[in-house]
Amino acid sequence: MRSEKSNRAPLSLKIAAAAGLAFMHLPILLIFLYAFTTEEKSYQFPPPGLTTQWFGVAWDRPDVWAALALSVKVASIATATALVLGTLCAAAISQTRFFGRETISLLVILPIALPGIITGIALRSAFSMADIPFSFWTIVLGHATFCIVVVYNNAVARFRRISGSLIEASMDLGADGFQTFRYVILPNIGTALLAGGMLAFALSFDEVIVTTFTAGQQSTLPIWMLEELIRPRQRPVTNVVAMIVVVVTFLPILGAYYLTRDGDQIAGASK
Amino acid sequence: MTTAVLFDNVSRHFGVVRAVDRVNLDIAEGEFFAMLGPSGSGKTTCLRLMAGFEQPTGGHIEIFGETAEGVPPYRRSVNTVFQDYALFPHLSTLDNVAYGLMVKGAGREERRKAAEDALAMVKLPGYGTRRPGQLSGGQRQRVALARALVNKPKVLLLDEPLGALDLKLREQMQEELKSLQKSLGITFVFVTHDQGEALSMADRIAVFNEGRIQQLGRPEEVYNQPKTRFVADFVGSSNVLSTKLCQRLGVKAAFASLRPEAIALAAPSNGALSLAGTIAGQSFLGATNRVVVDVDGARIAVASPAAHAVPAIGSPVTISFAARDLHPMEDA
Ligand SMILES: Nc1ncnc2c1ncn2[C@@H]1O[C@H](COP(=O)(O)OP(=O)(O)OP(=O)(O)O)[C@@H](O)[C@H]1O
Ligand SMILES: [Mg+2]
Repeated sequence: MRSEKSNRAPLSLKIAAAAGLAFMHLPILLIFLYAFTTEEKSYQFPPPGLTTQWFGVAWDRPDVWAALALSVKVASIATATALVLGTLCAAAISQTRFFGRETISLLVILPIALPGIITGIALRSAFSMADIPFSFWTIVLGHATFCIVVVYNNAVARFRRISGSLIEASMDLGADGFQTFRYVILPNIGTALLAGGMLAFALSFDEVIVTTFTAGQQSTLPIWMLEELIRPRQRPVTNVVAMIVVVVTFLPILGAYYLTRDGDQIAGASK
Repeated sequence: MTTAVLFDNVSRHFGVVRAVDRVNLDIAEGEFFAMLGPSGSGKTTCLRLMAGFEQPTGGHIEIFGETAEGVPPYRRSVNTVFQDYALFPHLSTLDNVAYGLMVKGAGREERRKAAEDALAMVKLPGYGTRRPGQLSGGQRQRVALARALVNKPKVLLLDEPLGALDLKLREQMQEELKSLQKSLGITFVFVTHDQGEALSMADRIAVFNEGRIQQLGRPEEVYNQPKTRFVADFVGSSNVLSTKLCQRLGVKAAFASLRPEAIALAAPSNGALSLAGTIAGQSFLGATNRVVVDVDGARIAVASPAAHAVPAIGSPVTISFAARDLHPMEDA
């Protein structure tokens, strides 16, 4: 009786929950809706008419393509850098003991806890102090700071589950360091790296704040969208691009979610 | 006779902890060598020095005449059966066993065949498709053994491989290991803290305490003639006779050991030594009674056949033993 009662939420709570979800997700639907509107200057509701012409217009605009290509390039390189450095860092922290280990572990995680604006200002002043011109590579560097954290966090949890004797067993059986990494470590942390990499990619792909401080003349896709909103010209094109961004970032996050879930089941079953 | 493993004054200190302290060993090719000692006495560290996971802080190690210092584990013809088996959870049993051949670049078919032969050798044919998580403790232990043996090592290191098994399986595995070692002719270095296991299986035993070898010898030697009080106590609980008792018996040594089963609860026959005392306690052990006799305040354990009646506690008794069963000891 009691348990049944506590499992049933009161109607008011259900309505509140529904309202909360609606508040979070209806605006996204509105973005999708205005990608099809015939009115190009303002967001008039309801839309006077529906059309798919903006997809064609967006397709033909070279600035969209340039921004998209830049974003994909930045996210790919930042993620690749983060995968290498984050994995190495996780390996060092979890498999060895050395002086200052806990401190370093904290310092690695710090960039994601720090507000993006702090990271941005810090990097900007550091770049200008070192006389490094703002370029594609400064954006990548800025993004790598938080991408590393995501990869590191995913990898370190998995590394902790690989017992040290597995690595020793591999070496004992004749595998050198590289073979041990390839045949023992990678299969055990692979899904964690994939998940971390996807999250890192998604984070980098829609990053605005750090990018604003570290970019030169280039605009990544999110920056391009901000600029589009300021000067109204073919507004629905922005919505079309927004739809693409949602799809591009949502799919990897969904993938990461399923991958880590499966990984946990595999690790649990093998114990 | 070739020396398989040589330790020359080898030490491994971790800060102030002397895990291994000035150890000298020479293990012969084809020998079944046991390292016996209580927890924390440095047995595992010795094995890790042989396998190459630790470097000595002092002394010199040779494996088949070649200097071992600085040679990484993957370049030593030594394989280990780990205390926790350390099977790869993401690989099938067959792939686990074939791992060593795979990293050496053997062909797929050759690997499969060798791994299946090895599994058959440890009496697990047809278990190849299972994951380690789907095997029992004893089966995992055999897989770990097969995985090491498939590489045809010159020396096999076994770190308490039977520790997790129940008594029945343990005895069965002891026999299987022993006959496997005989038929393959591989040098076995076997770590255990079970003295019965060491005595029954090994050609020679090294008794460790606090990082040092207390005694090294054949099982009968270590059992019958313990050199130190620690060995006397740890290997089959010998009696240690004090200086006073030694003098009374006319033995020219500070201390002497005497095995409980060498003592009879009877008046001496010709030539035997004897001591008078009182019965202080008794317990039934199955085949024997363990009787404790108080001789002027010293407690001496006697293993008396269960068929013999034991006098009541407090009654006077004479214990007797042959002079040759009394072994002088180096120190207490
Ligand atoms: N990496 C290390 N750092 C510091 N001390 C260590 C290290 N490895 C071992 N020791 C210490 O060295 C001593 C010997 O350890 P070892 O593992 O060789 O003992 P053992 O004889 O195998 O014991 P057990 O029967 O419990 O396995 C112990 O006191 C242990 O705490
Ligand atoms: Mg040990």
